[in-house]
Amino acid sequence: MSVDTATVAKIASLARIKVTEADLEAMVPELNGILAWVEQLGEVDVTGVEPMTAVIPNTLRLREDVVNADPLTGGDVRDKVLANAPAPEHGFFGVPKVIE
Amino acid sequence: MTALTDLTVTALRDGVAQGEFTATEVATAFNAAVAEAQGALNAFIVTTPEKALDAAARVDADRAAGKPLGKLAGVPIGMKDLFATQGTQTTAASHILEGFVPQYESTVSQKLWDAGAGMLGKLNLDQFAMGSSNETSAFGNVISPWRRPDGQGGLDTAALAPGGSSGGSSAAVAARIVPAATGTDTGGSIRQPAAFTGISGIKPTYGRCSRWGIVAFASSLDQAGPMARDVADCALLLETMAGFDPKDSTSLNLPVPDWSAALSADLRGKKVGIPREYRIEGLNADVAKSWDDGIAWLKDAGAEVVDVSLPHTKYALPTYYIIAPAEASSNLARYDGVRYGLRDLPDHAGLQDMYAATRAAGFGAEVKRRILIGTYVLSAGFYDAYYTQAQKVRTLIARDFTEAFAQCDVILTPTAPSSAFALGEKSADPLEMYLNDVFSVPASLAGLPAMSVPAGLDSTGLPLGLHLIGKPFDEQGVLNAGLALEQRAAFTARPKKWW
Repeated sequence: MSVDTATVAKIASLARIKVTEADLEAMVPELNGILAWVEQLGEVDVTGVEPMTAVIPNTLRLREDVVNADPLTGGDVRDKVLANAPAPEHGFFGVPKVIE
Repeated sequence: MTALTDLTVTALRDGVAQGEFTATEVATAFNAAVAEAQGALNAFIVTTPEKALDAAARVDADRAAGKPLGKLAGVPIGMKDLFATQGTQTTAASHILEGFVPQYESTVSQKLWDAGAGMLGKLNLDQFAMGSSNETSAFGNVISPWRRPDGQGGLDTAALAPGGSSGGSSAAVAARIVPAATGTDTGGSIRQPAAFTGISGIKPTYGRCSRWGIVAFASSLDQAGPMARDVADCALLLETMAGFDPKDSTSLNLPVPDWSAALSADLRGKKVGIPREYRIEGLNADVAKSWDDGIAWLKDAGAEVVDVSLPHTKYALPTYYIIAPAEASSNLARYDGVRYGLRDLPDHAGLQDMYAATRAAGFGAEVKRRILIGTYVLSAGFYDAYYTQAQKVRTLIARDFTEAFAQCDVILTPTAPSSAFALGEKSADPLEMYLNDVFSVPASLAGLPAMSVPAGLDSTGLPLGLHLIGKPFDEQGVLNAGLALEQRAAFTARPKKWW
């Protein structure tokens, strides 16, 4: 499978990365080179093989269902959460108008 | 007297504890070395001499008061700029995080500070840890302290790659401007730079070190680990960095062994596997010779050498270059110009335009390339052919190791297919750069502990590394075999100072 300019434009749009026409022209052969190379995986017989989910067997833990079980990752840290925001407003993240 | 900056972590810690010198003297010496080298090597994104001095003052005060000292008391280190450090800018070497000041500390860095270490600064790296030469940083290339001899007693002037992604870490340790540094390894980012610069570095079993507070690249592969001048220092640092953390859902809930105390270079009764598939066509002759040296050294240490087979080795790199970009495309979706980092808001732009403009302005070319590959292989219609297939092959790669470890205790390979290359030499072709990780990626895909130790110099006068891969949780076996190699390689070469 190889990609063309229209496909790369669609992928870039899905990835929310603005690309210029010139970027697209340069990216098509680069991505096709990488995709052609990874396609050799198609020759591996994977009959009956389960896809990897965890390299080291582990079980997912559940934390205690209480407010602020871990104060560091719990609530009450609004100002810290907003400290690096590009446009904080009234205790919220400011963004451009979404709905006209 | 030996210069303080020539001492190992262990010697610095012991010297401070015994009162041979103060922690403040140590921090001052390294701060000066960092400042002197920064313009030439660009190993740091920010330096934090005051943090190193503050930590040292606390250690000196504790010692004066007769309080017990931590395992790393008085040792200043470099912190890869992928670890969130409270109050100190953390960028992942990307423009998109420029100016980001974490409000919390990563688990691994906190453990190091709790043990008495201090921070000399935040080390440069490949952007989001994506690269093998440190040429993708938004803050400029790191220059290796190593240069090729010019054959007339001097040095060639070509700037060499320190490896990547932990290139600031490797350059700083090799230049002796830090005694040790943290690294992270997704497909070889600790081991390949260690090999390029003649130092040691270990990636533990997946889950040993908490990923909490480490900027995520590919979450099923990312692991932190130490980079230092010798194996004993790596053991000491790793036992400080590792340990269960409830804040990381993949953290291993296992006790951390006392690896440094149990170090032993006696390999009698141990079997070392040599995977035949790693003897790739056209293997560099110096690398092949260094591998043979390593085999002889491990035999000399008492080990029995056996041939093993890892049949899916050739598929490891393409598997990695599906899985890692897929995970990266998902992890890096968080950089949207809303909550932190860069925002690029063109005039009259809506929310979607802001996302796209921010990410276009903030990410470097290699990061964009990997996000696009990842988005493509995860997209509807292609997911099974690429991503699911890669995860199935990953199962086969892990199974190869399980079967090989039925016949041996540790596996020996070269770390990288060549010694350091010049900056610019491979950056034009992404695929050629990716091939640097051919020997390191399989262990990452299987989550296994693996380490690089210096083996010697090649015919161009540059360091080569040997690579040890262990069974899950057997960091001790890897470190012990590493120590056996270290003692026999007797690697004392260091870069001639030109900066």
